[in-house]
Amino acid sequence: MSENIKFHFDVDGENFSSAGEASVVVKKKLRQLGFSPDIIRKVSIAMYEGEINMVIHANGGSADVEVGDDDITIVLSDKGPGIKDVELAMQEGYSTARDNIRALGFGAGMGLPNMKKYTDYMQIETEVGVGTTITMKVNL
Amino acid sequence: MKICEIKKCLNADLLCGEEWLDHDVFSACCSDMMSDVLAYVKDQGVLLTGLLNSQVIRTANMMDMVCIVFVRDKKPTEEMVELARESGIAVMSTHLRAYDACGLLYSEGLGRCDSNV
Repeated sequence: MSENIKFHFDVDGENFSSAGEASVVVKKKLRQLGFSPDIIRKVSIAMYEGEINMVIHANGGSADVEVGDDDITIVLSDKGPGIKDVELAMQEGYSTARDNIRALGFGAGMGLPNMKKYTDYMQIETEVGVGTTITMKVNL
Repeated sequence: MKICEIKKCLNADLLCGEEWLDHDVFSACCSDMMSDVLAYVKDQGVLLTGLLNSQVIRTANMMDMVCIVFVRDKKPTEEMVELARESGIAVMSTHLRAYDACGLLYSEGLGRCDSNV
């Protein structure tokens, strides 16, 4: 059995305009690996939303992608403020983003619901004041 | 509708993506909220927007869109145009407001249920 392909990225929290760079790279890599457009879109949108969230809320973090035989796993980890109420955060339209983020086209409260929608599995581990780790899987 | 027809219909300036002018698109969406584009859009080839930042380009890239139209004469920076070029996306700018631009494209048949344009 071949070894899984892994990608690691540090997500810069200082610069909103560079947010999403890792997702663009992953999209390109998955295309090179020959995955279907549907799979590529699911992975890259879920990761992009997560990246944006890390930049908006957590001053950046790290993103790891692992391509397995049965699924692609994305792990996004940050040392941000944590999510106080996960159930509430999962509701479409609920957002704690500030107005300046909305002016940039984000913060509509669709990030987490969208990540769930585009993936087959999503787990949120979070602790207020410590950080958040989100694990997502897209089945192949 | 071909991208060159969109350009003509909106009297728009093409900023990059000449190689896409002959490409056919079948529908479009218009939004300044990229979160909504990522949430609700499906198989739309063209994004019309009044929002001007690099996340517009990345959002279009994530959604496999091939053309972005900036309305109200908004001009993207060279950095944004370069990002679009790398992503294989045609970018244009029109003096029209979003409502008018959408109306014109719709009346020409783009994205209409009763049309195969």
